[in-house]
Amino acid sequence: MSVFIVRRLLQSLAVIVAMSLLVFFGVNVIGNPVDILINPEFDQEELERAIKALGLDLPIWQQYLVFVENAVKGDLGKSFVFGMPAIQLIVQRIPATLELALAAMLIAIVFGIPLGMWAGLKPDSMVGKTIMGGSILGFSLPTFWVGIMMIMVFAVMLGVLPATGRGETVEFLGMQVSFLTADGLSHLLMPALNLALLKLALVIRLARAGTREAALQDYVKFARAKGLSPRRIVMVHILKNILIPVVTVLGLELGNVIAYSVVTETVFAWPGMGKLIIDSMQLLDRPIIVAYLLMVVFLFITINLLVDILYSVLDPRVRLQDVKG
Amino acid sequence: MKRITLGLLGVVAAVLLAGTVGAADLRVGLKLEPSSIDPHYHNLGPNNSAARHIFDRLVHTNEKQQLGPGLAVSWKPLSDTVWEFKLRQGVKFHDGSPFTADDVLFTFERAPNVEASPSSFALYTKGKTLKKIDDFTIHITTERPYPLMPNDVSTLNIISKKHGEGAKTADYNSGKAAIGTGPYKFVEWVPGDRLVLEKNPDYWGEKAAFDHVVIKPINSDPTRVAALLAGDVDMIDQVPTADIGHLKTNPEVVLSQGVSNRVIYLHLDHDRDDSPFVTGTGGKNPLKDVRVRKAISKAINRPAIVEKVMEGIAIPAGQLLPEGFFGVSPNLKVEAYDPEGAKKLLAEAGWGGGFGLTLHGPNDRYINDDKIAQAIGQMLTRVGIEAKIETMPRSVYFSRASRGGPNKTPEFSFILVGWGAGTGEASSPLKSLLHTYDKARGFGASNRGRYSNPEVDKIIEDALATVDDAKREKLLQKATEIAINDLGIIPLHYQVNTWATRPGLAYTPRTDEATLLMNVVKK
Amino acid sequence: MATTETFPVASSEGVAQAESPLKRFLSDYCDSKVAIGALFVIMAIAFVAIFAPLISPQNPYDLGEIDILDGRQPPGSIGLTGMKFVLGTDDQGRDMLSAIFYGLRISLAVGAMSGFLALCLGMSIGLVAAYFGGRVDTIIMRIVDLQLSFPAILVALVLVAVLGKGVDKIIIALVLVQWAYYARTVRGSALVEREKEYIEAAICLALSHRRVVFRHMLPNVMPPLIVVVTVQVAHAIALEATLSFLGIGLPVTEPSLGLLIATGFDYMLTGNYWISFFPGIALLITIFSINLVGDQLRDILNPRLQK
Repeated sequence: MSVFIVRRLLQSLAVIVAMSLLVFFGVNVIGNPVDILINPEFDQEELERAIKALGLDLPIWQQYLVFVENAVKGDLGKSFVFGMPAIQLIVQRIPATLELALAAMLIAIVFGIPLGMWAGLKPDSMVGKTIMGGSILGFSLPTFWVGIMMIMVFAVMLGVLPATGRGETVEFLGMQVSFLTADGLSHLLMPALNLALLKLALVIRLARAGTREAALQDYVKFARAKGLSPRRIVMVHILKNILIPVVTVLGLELGNVIAYSVVTETVFAWPGMGKLIIDSMQLLDRPIIVAYLLMVVFLFITINLLVDILYSVLDPRVRLQDVKG
Repeated sequence: MKRITLGLLGVVAAVLLAGTVGAADLRVGLKLEPSSIDPHYHNLGPNNSAARHIFDRLVHTNEKQQLGPGLAVSWKPLSDTVWEFKLRQGVKFHDGSPFTADDVLFTFERAPNVEASPSSFALYTKGKTLKKIDDFTIHITTERPYPLMPNDVSTLNIISKKHGEGAKTADYNSGKAAIGTGPYKFVEWVPGDRLVLEKNPDYWGEKAAFDHVVIKPINSDPTRVAALLAGDVDMIDQVPTADIGHLKTNPEVVLSQGVSNRVIYLHLDHDRDDSPFVTGTGGKNPLKDVRVRKAISKAINRPAIVEKVMEGIAIPAGQLLPEGFFGVSPNLKVEAYDPEGAKKLLAEAGWGGGFGLTLHGPNDRYINDDKIAQAIGQMLTRVGIEAKIETMPRSVYFSRASRGGPNKTPEFSFILVGWGAGTGEASSPLKSLLHTYDKARGFGASNRGRYSNPEVDKIIEDALATVDDAKREKLLQKATEIAINDLGIIPLHYQVNTWATRPGLAYTPRTDEATLLMNVVKK
Repeated sequence: MATTETFPVASSEGVAQAESPLKRFLSDYCDSKVAIGALFVIMAIAFVAIFAPLISPQNPYDLGEIDILDGRQPPGSIGLTGMKFVLGTDDQGRDMLSAIFYGLRISLAVGAMSGFLALCLGMSIGLVAAYFGGRVDTIIMRIVDLQLSFPAILVALVLVAVLGKGVDKIIIALVLVQWAYYARTVRGSALVEREKEYIEAAICLALSHRRVVFRHMLPNVMPPLIVVVTVQVAHAIALEATLSFLGIGLPVTEPSLGLLIATGFDYMLTGNYWISFFPGIALLITIFSINLVGDQLRDILNPRLQK
């Protein structure tokens, strides 16, 4: 057991080191941030000063060593643009992204489960087929294009929802959140819906498959034989059984939703992590790019590690397999 | 975020929740956001604009970049190398502490030395020695005669010595040290989301027109316009030309337009004999022939670019700065569109059969930059020059255009660029674009065509050492005339900027392209 | 786009049991009229993409053929040269229909090319893992699992940040994003095949590794792979469009559908809806029909759902 964990830890460490090398060296070959950040009236002396101030005068491998030295102390560098620690800038944006992602998940569940169950209960009906066709459409729709169309219809043509940005925030559990104000909620609706679209299709499919499987199970047959109302069978017995896999899968998908929020945040000018990374890529703010990617890699690896460990605790077969392998 | 008091947040929330924003409140959507509130951290447009609300300069510039009294009531050269500045008395910082000469001295000391600054103010402070004569008099000494002293001084935001000592950039961002004498007080800054300001009721000059202002960065062009139309903001800057047509007919929107100090121009390779992006010439560089440069200039239909690409929102250019700026020559005219003349000149120069030329340009820096490049490509093709267009994001473009070639020389042969005269007079483009590249003396830093004309160099250097305004203006005009007639660069047009507001508001356009609340007019 | 992870990998039984696989496959496929329609749409799109230079009213990227004076004309208007712009023009005076044809060409080429290369790479790696087993298998599958645990868009972001812009670079990025899906699928079915007698027989005959793997194992792991290919090509097209929209994909000189939509984004409020709306529809139809076909294929090739 502990051998297993130690090995996984070492593997994770190796991945992080490899990623840091790849990202750091890769990001540092494109363009030169000084040319974008410097005042156009600069003279040659000022140019050299700026290059030095950003630490770009050192050879790249030396820059990497400096980076690693600081990274070990938990400092992933200072933003070229903002001059603030990259981690601080990213952490500042986490609540906005998290709020958006969770809202999207909620929408996906609230709409996806009933639709999926309907499609599962009546797979050959017109409605069932339409729902399934719709779900394929759902993950075929290019998120960014749908976002543009939503702004065009709801904000510009109908004028019912604000076009962009995040609404008024209030402090909640130490985080700035916007879903507790009417203004914030109206700003949240469109981007959340946009981001929910992908996961909605997934939830529909999961719920449909689960419902179809459950409908054939003995306990449902018994329930039916016992004369329970179809309504009760669906709402209690089937729902309970599909809820667990759906929620589990969605939980694992949270990282995915956060990653895809890059697109939604760009379209809706939502001040989250995704917008920060895209802006940083355009301004060549290398420390932020590197820090963001490494933080995300770290996050994913940690989640994976935890899941693996949990599985190995819960399911002895995994442990055996690993030993055998 | 956390530093703002909950009470204030409550007030803000209540105001916004009610849906009616008081007449004294303003919400602004700007394309670019500052990277810091520290006025000396990053010498770049968005930062300088933001700082001008919270802080004052000794010398203020009006919407036409003309100089006027700020924290200094008057200034004059005592000799060729010594300037005297008389400071304003009775001015108070936002915390109530008085403003004195010590704050100015402290500012000049701190401004060039901010840690990790990606673009510093050393440009404006170097070579200047400050001396406090009394609490409200300062002498600034330079080694050589330096006529641009008031212009340089007008770029530096004066900070409080009391709060600035030992303060880091982060202390300004948090608001702890962001205490100036400006018409607005700092409330909070959330990068990527908002900058909140409130009226400084004790301002020494004209009082702020708005009690409470929220400035939001909205980078995407259509989203910014959508935010105005949807009522999320009361005003936006950099209205895209594509939207001007429909906004003009919208009664809910007021447009304010004004020419800027920015000229869009073409730079050509004056230096290399075998230029990398010139093809079909057998290793010769036709761009070194003034007749070829003239032909290119004649081939360009400037009115058509203005009309079709810029939707009429630009002014055809014949020199470095539009009319009305210091140093503009009255003798230079916009080159007329003359494709036949262009073909004739090309034939005369021995290139009647044409040659291949690639135009490089950015696609996210100037208004419609990639479209201008494509239009020029169409026009050059029509006079027999086989033009190719390559545009790229500025993150890649500028470093290649400046230093992408061997030995850090400019990489391209023919480029589209823009220049905004930060000083608001002609020496700025002359010095950076048309003076021979001279690393040691800091000339020609952006001369990406490596144009070199000793006569022009001499006049520019003379002008930069002439304190007498009338004499200097003559010199600048002369240098401009020689360089433009020699086609050191080919000017295309002056950019015109557009701001949009809701009815009841208007914006007095600024030539420096800045968006300042002080220039928002209530009607 | 990200739903591919949930497609179950078909076990070999269902496929192997079929008496006449191809015939059964075709008749199963034709069960759904929607799927037949989708297949025809894909063929039409592919035709347009391949023959774009021949059927487009103009070459939208020849500076001599377009005139800026024709800029932003609405659908159906007539240009200076008497040409009719069925879907209108963009800001440069480009015929949108031609731009969409050429855009489809680039989008499809990027999607198909990256799909094909990823397939080759992933398939080889997957087969190697399954055939050799043991340590090789463990290491390969560890890498595959790791990569699959990251969202595709994130991996693409990293790669584009590192590689830069350009058609070749975006293809490399997409291949590196996708190979793992193929590797996992191939390995799964190949593992089952390896235990079968015909492979044992082949090994007994002392055939070379390469021959056993590619001539004997490969054909039998194809069916589940076909499903993954369709889904992944659709995914690749969508991903490329997204990256281009974000401004970090293709350069503006090679406008794919994603880039056309991004350009049109600037004209969203001007009433010039056609600049962004039609390319969006074209992209949607393309991805939707590929996904419909993929869905049907999965239904027939997945034994659990077989009636």
